[in-house]
Amino acid sequence: MNQDYGDNILTLEDVHTYYENIHALKGITCTVPKGSIVCLIGANGAGKTTTLLTISGVERARRGRILFEGQNIETLPPEKIAALGIAQSPEGRQIFSRMSVMENLEMGAYLRKDKEGIQQDMEWVFSLFPVLKDRYRQKGGTLSGGEQQMLAIGRALMQQPKLLLLDEPSLGLAPKIIERIFETIQEINKNGMTIFLVEQNAHMALTTSDIGYVMETGRIVLEDDASALLENKEVQKAYLGE
Amino acid sequence: MLGQEIKKLVIYTIFLAIIILPMLGFTGGAEFQAERAFLVFGIGVALLVLNLIVKVIRSHRPPPDHDKPSLPERIGDRLHRIPKIFTLGPLLLAAGTFPLVANNYMIDVGITCLIYVCLGLGLNIVVGLCGLLDLGYIAFYAVGAYSYSLLNLTYGFSFWAALPIGVVLGMICGCIIGYPTLKMRGDYLAIVTLGFGEIIRLVLNNWDDLTAGPNGLFGMKRPPLYYPTIEDGGLDMVTYYLTSLPGLFYFILVIAILIIIGVNRLDKSRIGRAWIAIREDEVAAELSGVPTTWLKLLAYAMGAGFASVAGAFFAAKLSYVNPNFFLFMESCIVLSIVVLGGIGSIPGIIIAGFILIAVPEVFRELEAFRMLAFGAIMTTMMIIRPEGLIPASRKKREFHRQRDEAERGPQ
Repeated sequence: MNQDYGDNILTLEDVHTYYENIHALKGITCTVPKGSIVCLIGANGAGKTTTLLTISGVERARRGRILFEGQNIETLPPEKIAALGIAQSPEGRQIFSRMSVMENLEMGAYLRKDKEGIQQDMEWVFSLFPVLKDRYRQKGGTLSGGEQQMLAIGRALMQQPKLLLLDEPSLGLAPKIIERIFETIQEINKNGMTIFLVEQNAHMALTTSDIGYVMETGRIVLEDDASALLENKEVQKAYLGE
Repeated sequence: MLGQEIKKLVIYTIFLAIIILPMLGFTGGAEFQAERAFLVFGIGVALLVLNLIVKVIRSHRPPPDHDKPSLPERIGDRLHRIPKIFTLGPLLLAAGTFPLVANNYMIDVGITCLIYVCLGLGLNIVVGLCGLLDLGYIAFYAVGAYSYSLLNLTYGFSFWAALPIGVVLGMICGCIIGYPTLKMRGDYLAIVTLGFGEIIRLVLNNWDDLTAGPNGLFGMKRPPLYYPTIEDGGLDMVTYYLTSLPGLFYFILVIAILIIIGVNRLDKSRIGRAWIAIREDEVAAELSGVPTTWLKLLAYAMGAGFASVAGAFFAAKLSYVNPNFFLFMESCIVLSIVVLGGIGSIPGIIIAGFILIAVPEVFRELEAFRMLAFGAIMTTMMIIRPEGLIPASRKKREFHRQRDEAERGPQ
């Protein structure tokens, strides 16, 4: 492992991503320290989801480097990146709607062969989200919004990742459920998992995270400790509505 | 509620009148034949009224429990609980004795049904499991048929030697269409596959030197069987060509059973699960570590391979192929079988294959109205039962197994 990246599980260096001709990410540089919760906040269309998809390899970075545990991953296909230990819970609760809760979780463990470990992790996911256990036979598409979000996070956890990428876990959910989900995110983090979180709900994201990045139209415009960003006048005005 | 339903009834009646009255009225020249037209129209309206009555009665009953599985699901569930020997045994027996009791015409229809069942099962991999809408599927059937025909006529390859070559060629064609369309979805993919199917047909139609163009190829040998005999004290292999219809029926029956077993295995495998994940959400599948690129190619290749087997048999059975056997309409019929049967459901596709091929034969006397009836049945089916005749129930069995295992727990 490269010494420079010793404490950072993930490092993005000047990452540029395009959709056809649209310059979506204009040089993203950020780091995610091991064991932390890092959040990326910003408005709709700022490029938050693209950042996560570029890390996962679903979208390709045209320029720049992405290092995961000191290893270059920007040219790897998504399944290789997943195998290295990066799991993403995608935006809009993209679960397998005609598969059962159980099958969704099993799909998360698609790359794993250790049956006992899978069973244990499933029990763990059920203990984090007991409602999933009650509905394990139900088709994913018939779950409520909050339950689908829990299932998407649970499915990502079944990959046994070292780094968990969460795309807008609060999207379209009631405040009470958002609180529940963020509590669980902290609980997952206490288990030693590094979490990189993308959010529009800046208040919730910053109170949960250690470090925050603020993104605007494809660029990172601010970075600081999350608690400092909560106090930041600009951030308060633009994202916290104060 | 009642007012709304009556409004619907009026609209449907007007709709029916516009379609049926002129079509059935003006059959023998320009003179309007009121009696016949209104008879059919009357039946249609009666059905609609009946539907209304049923709906009204139903609305007075307590609302159905949504947690309870629907009737076909329950039937499917029940069927899975009966030991297989009691369900599959009689079916196999019926299929096995069919040629002994049926006349040649019926056997011929039976063979066609089985060919389409094979095609439906193959397309089910692409459309049903992987969720890639393929409108040019019949092209792979053509590749199989022409591969066998050309190899047999030009080089004298026997059916068994030509079959693997045909399958490989079919799979290559599957990848050729699959590769450029990897990033396409839905309607775009449908158009490209449609074009591809037509390209294959047009090539076959116009490459006179190789395929004899629209005249087609004929004189291929039937599928041979080899069996040993003892002659003059030595062991000898005798070649027997399957020329009789019952013989060919048994042959395609065996092929169909092998394909059913193969598709069933695929369905339950890791690969099958990954295909379903791709169908449900491609990005989520990618994020879960499914190598989508090569699994999609594999789906095309497998589907094309099964179609090639069916095509080779078709050419061998008929001893004749021409490009007009591989029209777009055939792709539509195969797709209809998959959709009608219930996307992803193997028993559903088998039943739908028989219904869609055999029923038009039964109604052959209706001639022109055959296709009208076909269309009407398809439309009605899609409205009242969009999930198909027998919805795929493989998932449910998996739950049972897993729950049993979970309850047993560590011992």
